[in-house]
Amino acid sequence: MEAEAAPGWRPSTRRWRRALEDRRVLAPLLIAPAVIFMALVVGVPFGWAIYLSFTDAIGGSLSGHWIGLHNFTSVWQDDNFRRAIRNTLIFTFASQAIVVVGASVLSAFLVRDFRGKWFIRFLVVLPWAAPVVLSTITWLWILDSLYSVANWTLTKLHLEHALIWLLGVTHVETQAQAPLQWLGRPNLALVAITLVQAWRILPFAVVIFIAGRASIPNEVEDAATIDGATGLKKLWYIDVPLQLPIALVAVLFGIVFTAGDFAVVYILTQGGPFNSTQVLPTWAFQIGINSGSLGEGAAISLYLFPFLILVTIGMLFFARPVQVT
Amino acid sequence: MSRRQTALTYLVVGPFAVFLAFPFYFALVTMFKTNLDLSVPTHSPYVYNDAEGHFHWNFWHYATTQHVAFLFNDTNYPTWLLNTLLVGAAVVVITLLLAMPAGYALARLAGPWGQSAGVAIFLVYLIPPTLLFLPLSRIVTNLHLKDSLWSLILVYPSFTIPFATWLLMGFFKTIPQELEEAALVDGASRLKAIYRIVLPVSLPGILTVVIFAFSLCVNEFIYAFTFISTSSQRTVSSGVPNELIRGDVFFWQSLMVATLIPSIPLALLYNAFLDRFIKGFTGGAFR
Repeated sequence: MEAEAAPGWRPSTRRWRRALEDRRVLAPLLIAPAVIFMALVVGVPFGWAIYLSFTDAIGGSLSGHWIGLHNFTSVWQDDNFRRAIRNTLIFTFASQAIVVVGASVLSAFLVRDFRGKWFIRFLVVLPWAAPVVLSTITWLWILDSLYSVANWTLTKLHLEHALIWLLGVTHVETQAQAPLQWLGRPNLALVAITLVQAWRILPFAVVIFIAGRASIPNEVEDAATIDGATGLKKLWYIDVPLQLPIALVAVLFGIVFTAGDFAVVYILTQGGPFNSTQVLPTWAFQIGINSGSLGEGAAISLYLFPFLILVTIGMLFFARPVQVT
Repeated sequence: MSRRQTALTYLVVGPFAVFLAFPFYFALVTMFKTNLDLSVPTHSPYVYNDAEGHFHWNFWHYATTQHVAFLFNDTNYPTWLLNTLLVGAAVVVITLLLAMPAGYALARLAGPWGQSAGVAIFLVYLIPPTLLFLPLSRIVTNLHLKDSLWSLILVYPSFTIPFATWLLMGFFKTIPQELEEAALVDGASRLKAIYRIVLPVSLPGILTVVIFAFSLCVNEFIYAFTFISTSSQRTVSSGVPNELIRGDVFFWQSLMVATLIPSIPLALLYNAFLDRFIKGFTGGAFR
């Protein structure tokens, strides 16, 4: 290491160099570029979205006349919008419920040592690593109206009728030739997009749950074993409370990303059939881009915001114990 | 583990793995199917069949690579791959340039408010693109960046920087502070200590950030979809659904090839860096 300031440097340079050694100067200096950049590419458009939602801006313009809360009330008049809200809630909470159950079970077994673990982990991580648009196209093919491998398999296993009964869609799909139209019937399509979303988020949750399990100190495990806590008792008194904060963060994360998701729904159904699977993001796209009502589109997407804030507050609240330990 | 426990493990893990990996296995089968074999609903979709729908053990005689060739010769897919790589590389460079100093400062220099500021920056990552794409699409047009890869290079760091800053902050925290302090005592300046000591040690963490930030770029859909409508400027995520699905015509076999090509390498990379990712993502808060 060479000495700091070479002699003979101008005093201003030296003062500047010394200032760089001061945390109070250096820290803001290093953080500023990232913060300024985010203010420009996130803050500005976000502020603009709020502004647009109060105007009658259309298509190719960045401004419009101020019309107050009119957009927020007028989009509410539309049945499709209210259905989009309902669908967003179902899509989000149902898929994440599946994720929680699946991830709890799978992570409990994936922490064990067994042969072929590396390969299993590779298979489990696949849906997370694959670009979402492309893997969703694969689901489009699996659930195809004519050649669905899901239906082909169900028929071969003689499970199709059981499933039709279970899903309560008997009244239409009774002809011998008609397979289950996964993406062609309103309720079934909602089931399909929810399942695909759960499939996509599950690996991430599993990975975080495993990290949560690993965070329980061995001493606690040993102490519990010595005290005779086994099976369900240990699960309830040791594993669940200790993992809860981390698991909750993973879940809230999943909720945020599902509520804001556009790709899965757009690729699978484009909000159809008959707008029955519209969620807030796809409906905002439909109104804001396809119909060119920029202001209304912005208002629709902003309806997501209070929901996201609530979830985020929850996340910060539950994440705190993790930071302390 | 006892034998019963092992059996139970496979019994639980197996079906999950099948469910999660099935679409990729099915894509692998579909990509070599002939059009005839694909278009008869009674033919088994799991194997390659002859014209009558029978399976033979020399099944490769009933498969074809023509749809792989179609994807590479008759579509813009190679261009989209190249565009995706270009955008990803440029975004990763911008991200590292801005997130490494920020991540380091938050972990080491900022003191008690570093953690809170880190969380605040991370929250930006949670703002979904669906909230921003409408104004951004207009801003991009006004900047004459529409239909240009530059629009994506400009906008993608909006989610990679908060993500990367958080990860890097986690990584930097796991590096023993004594390392830099020794250099500082030896008379090195803070910036030199970062450059000479901290960066080499955190290379695995930085590589993890590179991989996950890059994959976020490959994953992104709504910006790529709204900003770009010229075929030659598309990335994989917007090109494939727009041009390999034409109305009612689906190029299924080629679509499956298009899916597997980016997915498999990404999955291998994810696996290799998963443990490091967890370490950074959980903020070094637990190991």
